Amino acid sequence: MNRDSRVQLTVNGRPRQAADHTTLAELVSTISDRPTGIAVALNNEVVPRGGWSEISVQDGDRIDVVTAVQGG
Amino acid sequence: MRPEAADPLVIGDRSWQSRLIVGTGGAPSLEGLGRILAESGTELTTVAMRRVDAAASGSVLDVLRASGVQVLPNTAGCRTAAEAVLTAKLAREALQTNWVKVEVVADERTLLPDGLELVQACERLVTDGFVVLPYTNDDPVLARRLEQVGCAAVMPGGSPIGSGLGIGNPHNIALIVEQAGVPVILDAGIGTAGDAVRAMELGCDAVLVASAVTRAADPIRMARAMKLAVLAGRDAYLAGRISRRYWAEASSPYEGMLDGMLGQS
Repeated sequence: MNRDSRVQLTVNGRPRQAADHTTLAELVSTISDRPTGIAVALNNEVVPRGGWSEISVQDGDRIDVVTAVQGG
Repeated sequence: MRPEAADPLVIGDRSWQSRLIVGTGGAPSLEGLGRILAESGTELTTVAMRRVDAAASGSVLDVLRASGVQVLPNTAGCRTAAEAVLTAKLAREALQTNWVKVEVVADERTLLPDGLELVQACERLVTDGFVVLPYTNDDPVLARRLEQVGCAAVMPGGSPIGSGLGIGNPHNIALIVEQAGVPVILDAGIGTAGDAVRAMELGCDAVLVASAVTRAADPIRMARAMKLAVLAGRDAYLAGRISRRYWAEASSPYEGMLDGMLGQS
């Protein structure tokens, strides 16, 4: 397999490319370094933090990384 | 009896001494938010869930942790049951709480709850083990349906979010209170302290304010005003107001009046 191949993702609503075999943990680390207080949805399903390093992103995946903000 | 000493607000398996819930929305700064929370005496505060903004400096979560105030995530901005359920699950994962204030609004202009979507969202979240506090209309029938699907409280709006119009239909709020088997929290529409007093006098168990405090000219002073208003309204409710009369009823006795003091003999 070509290690340099890229996958096309949608991350927090924006198009983004990542190397094939990138894990969710690696992707999230580029967005937030908070050890707590964030959550991830992969294709509209919540992935618990413990599973981030076990899932590799796939072409076409939609990933949302959210946290708490002022509101309500 | 002092209500703050022996009259806790109980929702689900938790209790608080304060009956004021302060939303964090609209605070001018995170530092200002910390002072507002402290002055208000609140023990529970709401946050919204949003995509991480890499440019944001500081986190509301750090302020809340420093304040010791418990966090109640909401589903603000959601328009469908599916969105609200996903947002609640993300909040549970991010904040390690199964409590959620469910908001499902129908449109941007009124931000009024969409009752059908709201009930569906609440039913699914209750089934999934959440402690559900729905922001609802001032509709006694809808409030009853929300209680029936297992909500831990109901949060009727007094008037649209952020409008500051107060309690538009106090009779409906009283009807909701009268029938409710779960706490009633007046949510949305509070403009000033008098509105919070009114809500508590109507028998609401608590009041949620955000804009009324955070967007006041002096948020710190308004936070204190709301704290006192909730205490005053709760005391007045428990004390029992006098009935309204058409004619005057003298509070000074007629016995022992001086004959002739008005020139009669």
